[in-house]
Amino acid sequence: MSAIPPLLAVEGLTKSYGGIHAVRGVSFSLRAGEILALIGPNGAGKSTCFDMLNGQNKPDSGHVRLLGEEITGRKPREVWRLGVGRTFQITATFATMTVRENVQVALVSHGKQLFNLFGSAPKFDRGEAGRLLELVGMGGYADRPCGELAYGDLKRLELAVALANQPKLLLMDEPTAGMAPRERVDLMRLTASIAREKSIGVLFTEHDMDVVFEHADRIIVLNRGTLIAEGSPAEVRGNPQVQAVYLGEGLVYDARHREGAST
Amino acid sequence: MAFYVVQFLTGLASAASLFLVASGLSIIFGVTRIVNFAHGAFYMIGAYIAFTLTERLSGAFGFWGSIVLAALAVALIGVIVEMVLLRRIYHAPELFQLLATFGLTLMVEDLVVLIWGPDDLVGRRAPGFKGAIDFFGQNIPSYDLFLIVLGPVVLGILWLLFQRTRWGVLVRAATQDRDMVAALGVNQKWLFTSVFAVGVFLAALGGALQIPRDAVHHAMDLRIIVEVFVVVVIGGLGSIVGAFVAAVLVSELNAFGILIFPKISIILVFLVMAVVLIVRPWGLFGKPEAAARKTPGLTVNPWRPLTSNERLASLAALVIAAMLPLFAGNYALTVGSEIAIFVIFAVSLHFLMSVGGLASFGHAAYFGLGAYGIAFLAKMAGLPMIVCLLLGPLLGCLGAAVFGFFAVQLSGVYFAMLTLAFAQIVWSIAFQWVSVTGGDNGILGLWPSSWAASPSHFYWLALGVAALVMIALRAMVFSPFGYALRATRDSLLRSEAIGIDAKRIQWTAFVIAGTTAGIGGALFAYLKGSVFPDNLGISLSVDALVMVLLGGVETVSGAVIGAIVYKALNIWLVSQTDLSKLVLGGFIMLIVVVFPKGIVGMLEMLAQRRRKSSPPGSPLLAKPIESAE
Repeated sequence: MSAIPPLLAVEGLTKSYGGIHAVRGVSFSLRAGEILALIGPNGAGKSTCFDMLNGQNKPDSGHVRLLGEEITGRKPREVWRLGVGRTFQITATFATMTVRENVQVALVSHGKQLFNLFGSAPKFDRGEAGRLLELVGMGGYADRPCGELAYGDLKRLELAVALANQPKLLLMDEPTAGMAPRERVDLMRLTASIAREKSIGVLFTEHDMDVVFEHADRIIVLNRGTLIAEGSPAEVRGNPQVQAVYLGEGLVYDARHREGAST
Repeated sequence: MAFYVVQFLTGLASAASLFLVASGLSIIFGVTRIVNFAHGAFYMIGAYIAFTLTERLSGAFGFWGSIVLAALAVALIGVIVEMVLLRRIYHAPELFQLLATFGLTLMVEDLVVLIWGPDDLVGRRAPGFKGAIDFFGQNIPSYDLFLIVLGPVVLGILWLLFQRTRWGVLVRAATQDRDMVAALGVNQKWLFTSVFAVGVFLAALGGALQIPRDAVHHAMDLRIIVEVFVVVVIGGLGSIVGAFVAAVLVSELNAFGILIFPKISIILVFLVMAVVLIVRPWGLFGKPEAAARKTPGLTVNPWRPLTSNERLASLAALVIAAMLPLFAGNYALTVGSEIAIFVIFAVSLHFLMSVGGLASFGHAAYFGLGAYGIAFLAKMAGLPMIVCLLLGPLLGCLGAAVFGFFAVQLSGVYFAMLTLAFAQIVWSIAFQWVSVTGGDNGILGLWPSSWAASPSHFYWLALGVAALVMIALRAMVFSPFGYALRATRDSLLRSEAIGIDAKRIQWTAFVIAGTTAGIGGALFAYLKGSVFPDNLGISLSVDALVMVLLGGVETVSGAVIGAIVYKALNIWLVSQTDLSKLVLGGFIMLIVVVFPKGIVGMLEMLAQRRRKSSPPGSPLLAKPIESAE
């Protein structure tokens, strides 16, 4: 074990609902600047696992540590203060506020000005809000009401909001679900470049194997609540157990690649 | 010992009616998601009709037949209400449904007096249950024993109905997911109507069965509805077993509370409710509601601060309003002061409701507390007016801090019901604690100091304070705090995920709104020269809600216009007719059905449409204060 604790260390995470063991003894770690994909079939426990990382859900046992500090069971807002941003599977944004205001709220919270009663919020960190929106390619939408946005744009807005507190770790639950293929590639490319540039660790769950194999540095595979494989994309792809679990998707993926190789 | 047993049995007997009404409310809510405020009104009509029928039809068969017949008749009225009114507003925000059924309640209150007169009516005793049974020297009315048995029997029948019939299965399915049930080809209209009829039948039956125990009177609707809200909050909305257990609990607390705090026994119930809400916010048997709450106005125009032109226009409107004493008489000035005070009251609720998404149904509590604060300071401590005006609203602030802490633990209809219950508790304290508050006689002789005594001076004072309050609250909407508050309204999940302590933000907003309402109440006490329990009553709370909705809940300052129009209309109506509740109730239903966006909301919409067709730069919506002249 190195002297510096990893950015995120998960140890023996366990959660059951009644008799169903949703997550059983899951352990893994994540370094700064690394992009880690958490994959698994439906019902594997990905979302449960994910929600326990930022306090949305409380584990029965196990530990979550951020840079060595225990964050297990802390409230989502406390985990955020420690530098963990997150996006949701179904986007959660402030629908009646404009795109810029959405980002400004996060900046207000980051600047601990939440109880500032008489300041001017429209002017609050306007420049920084603009920069974040430019970063995710939403600069032109700043004054649009958030409720009008297309789904793919909401996902990008969520990313901008999640970046507002200069996080060390980004948790993205199915960041490209519901997006067009072209948008998926763009969003993940963007995320990867931001993560590498700012040395942010990214953990994401994803069903689209193209996205996973193209962008993840490392992959962990969850099935029925337990971790069945861990390694580089090539290692995971070659893992017979993973292939068994992912038979359908794995075949499609392989077939496409062979096709591509033969032409 | 025997005394306590008898007290316990009396409690159980009271629980029967309460359970009937509460289970009806619960069933209706479960399927239609409507919190039927008019449930108390149906209970009352049930009692009145049963009274009339039992007077006409003689004999045991006549009596029991009348009870059932009355309940059926009211169920029929319920069906008509559902088909004519509620069907139009199932997809409106929850708030509008509560308000529409409140409008109905107001109308019923006047109609009942019109038909049966204002006096208490004492009904017949139940044939076969006229006597009392001796229990170790204590008397128990045998009718009480009948009710004690009836409660569990009705619970059993309802259970069978829901578990063993096809209709019951549909109702349970719709309670879980009504869209899915509709997708499966069930006729939803029929299902909703029948559920509403059953719920109303239970309420009316509860009312009819009260005749042998209690006099029938025209205020019994509000008393029962507050108790029923407390019951369903404790038991859990949508749970019939919860309604039963909570009805027994509340009735027993009332029965024994009277022994402990004879004057303010309702405090005990309140304490239990507070404890339940802290431990289980969804009630003892309720389930946490899936957050299906619609965000108010997804189509809302983005809010923005006033431009400099608009500021000038508002200032001009204020100046014009300030010139009123130059040409108006004393009566007009008094009316003007009252309107200014209600603007303060309305914008305070608007801040909580529009910006915070928290629809308080008991906002008058803080208005009234501000007024009583003045009364205590001026009459008991003998402080001068200026000191009173500064300190009096603090009582509203204190009340809002205590009640708000509990209220913000909940949201949506639970929040509305809880705030209503709190207000009713404050009202009963003011009403019952005669030695301090003077009870129904109020506290008289609160006159402004000489510097504010003349109508024009007082008008300027009220107008000035109203302007300050408007400016301050509007500034808060566009402050970092205002953004955070809007964020908690739009998405709790996202707010928590970006480090916002939503409950604390909402609590703070509640305290700000309560204190502001207290300022309005303080001025009101000086305007009227007296304070009465009515200053914190339900009807005043509803006035505030109507003003906000009339102005437009999706606007930044619509309540200003709403308050001016509504209050002017109200003062005029009361001078014209004795049936002001009837007209007002009809008016409320009209707003809900026809103008869901309110006056300012509608003007904004029109202005936006015009802007789209004409080049930009056209003046925006009418200025808030313009119509103050």
